[in-house]
Amino acid sequence: MEEASTGSDSDYSSTWVSWFLSSKGNEYFCEVDEDFILDRFNLTGLNNEVANYPQALDLITDSLDDDIQDELRGSLDVQARLLYGLIHARWIVTARGLTKMLEKYKRADFGRCPRVLCASQPLLPVGLTDIPYEKSVKLYCGRCEDLYSPKSSRHGSIDGAYFGTTFPHLLFLVYPTLIPLKDGELPSNPIKESSTDSRSRRRPREDTEAGVAAEGGAEGISTANVALKAERYRPRIYGFQVNEIAKLQRWQEAIRDRQIARLEALEDKTP
Amino acid sequence: MASRQKSPATDAQQPPGEDEVASGNGEGDEIMEEAEEQEDGYTSSTPTSTLTWISWFCSLPGHEYFCEVTEDFIEDDFNLTGLNAMVPFWKEAMEMVLDVEPEDEDTSKIPDVSIVESSAEMLYGLVHQRYILTRAGLQAMADKYESGVFGSCPRVYCVGCNVVPCGRVDIPGSDTVKLFCPNCNDIFVPPSSRFQGVDGAFFGTTFAHLFFQTYRELSPAPFWRAPSAGGSPLSPRSVSGSNGSRASPFNNPNPHGGQKRAAGYVYVPRIYGFKVSERAKSGPRMQWLRLRPETPEELDMVDWRGRWINGDDGYDDDDEEEEEDRQMEDFDPEAAEGEDDDDEEEEEEDEAVGTTPMKGQKSGKQAGSDPLTRTPGPVRSVRTSPTASEGPRSLDDKPLIDLSVYTLPSFGQSFGEGKVRTVRQWAPRTDWAGTAEV
Repeated sequence: MEEASTGSDSDYSSTWVSWFLSSKGNEYFCEVDEDFILDRFNLTGLNNEVANYPQALDLITDSLDDDIQDELRGSLDVQARLLYGLIHARWIVTARGLTKMLEKYKRADFGRCPRVLCASQPLLPVGLTDIPYEKSVKLYCGRCEDLYSPKSSRHGSIDGAYFGTTFPHLLFLVYPTLIPLKDGELPSNPIKESSTDSRSRRRPREDTEAGVAAEGGAEGISTANVALKAERYRPRIYGFQVNEIAKLQRWQEAIRDRQIARLEALEDKTP
Repeated sequence: MASRQKSPATDAQQPPGEDEVASGNGEGDEIMEEAEEQEDGYTSSTPTSTLTWISWFCSLPGHEYFCEVTEDFIEDDFNLTGLNAMVPFWKEAMEMVLDVEPEDEDTSKIPDVSIVESSAEMLYGLVHQRYILTRAGLQAMADKYESGVFGSCPRVYCVGCNVVPCGRVDIPGSDTVKLFCPNCNDIFVPPSSRFQGVDGAFFGTTFAHLFFQTYRELSPAPFWRAPSAGGSPLSPRSVSGSNGSRASPFNNPNPHGGQKRAAGYVYVPRIYGFKVSERAKSGPRMQWLRLRPETPEELDMVDWRGRWINGDDGYDDDDEEEEEDRQMEDFDPEAAEGEDDDDEEEEEEDEAVGTTPMKGQKSGKQAGSDPLTRTPGPVRSVRTSPTASEGPRSLDDKPLIDLSVYTLPSFGQSFGEGKVRTVRQWAPRTDWAGTAEV
């Protein structure tokens, strides 16, 4: 891993954080505001998590003494990454952190859903656990609501705890207008067109209502029966559906319909 | 990078005529380096080497998914019925594919060798679509499948299930090749852009499914029950490992159905350890897409129009599930909102700490009563949620304390010891990077 090389690279850019963000493989991370890091309250408990915590924190905030030994520096870089990752996990579930990640989401910095019928829906990073060193980062698709592994091994080795289990779901909770439509690509349209289509369809809503949404608006949206619009792939042999798969798909759709009925009944009860 | 990835592919294609390919490998590499000079590479290399056009074509970068069609299949006119209407320069293309020396008169008629080249590619692709539906073709593709040439499903809970190439239409020129995962029955875009030039029709709509009908032991069954170790805390954690260790041999009562144990976990979104309620606008809407029944009999509870045969009442399990959901819903939005506020008003943390534990307790009661109501069918809740059995233990129990720590509940007092341990685990990090590929 060439990324683990040296801490002295920080000479090349102004701050440790900007060096970290610009190094290869760290594209998923966003910049944590300095005052968030400097507020000790936000770091509660992290001193147990990270060895050499004070020095690691100094390194992140560029206030490390220059006379620290070189051997320590090497391991300190590792600890600083861990510390930054854990702070990052806390930061991206704050209001300001969410907006920063939202920008990256809109730029599709986290890649796009590999599922064909998701029409290149941008993804969001998520962890399977909040404890470091357990599971690598995964990508959540808001359209099919499923998890995918990052394409590149560069990203496949990032710790999932640096993003946490909560982030993407909190994002859609806070910005309900950003919940992707469930419909797939438009029939007969090449994938690219339809994806830009669906995004441009959404965009006006995003921009006008994003502010409202943050204040708790967007009550008019109903997502009870959005699943009906979801497209799915139907395996066929010479045009005929495959028995066992067709049966499974009917069962799944019956489950879906029952959920929709349940949700619509709830909606009627509470207008 | 292309050349690195290419070598395993060519290895997999070696069986026919080892000598040829061994000498051919070098050729292939050269051609790859000068990928643009395909025609030149073709004309200059083929006559002098023993590499056939077919093995050369299959060794090109991006053509890893193709298997080598036997020449006698191509030479049998019956197999080509109807294709001559679709391929321009039919005769020349045939000669090129079969490495027949063209007669001089013919070459003069051809305006540009690259046109014949693309005709040959089209011809080979269409023949390939038919060939991989034959017994020999299926076998050739099965060999490639088992060696993992087609890659694996990007979906996390398919746990690296191998995929097969498929097309969405049988007519060339309309869509590129896709990958079909037999576990989630869905199609995916190949991870590398070099497959974006490969026509999906060269694999066809039928192959992927005929393949899994033929090799039923490779096809995951449509039902799935969470590993019976519902009580053991370890099993759900190692989702990736759960596939490997199985107690009993798997058997699908339907002899024509998939005979492989499915990877059935479905992702359950959580906010601070709590499931997102389906009553929330952002609540789960798509879990049905990946859900499997626990038993094959449940599949028969839906008629051909997709309706429940006995009405909803006959379906006990799910009534339970609904009740369970309702209980969750009672506290979910509340808890979630509480958290929300915390985030937006970090400074007022003291107050928030004052209020959230209340909520935590309230929810705690419900979460506490929840497992009780769940006990009749504990497996079910495990089934719908991959992390559920991890959840009730690590999350539903702990958040009662952890909720009060404002953003990341799990880092705080409760993991004090664990932390020290994990720090020392820096070295094994590569291990989980390995499991991450899964």
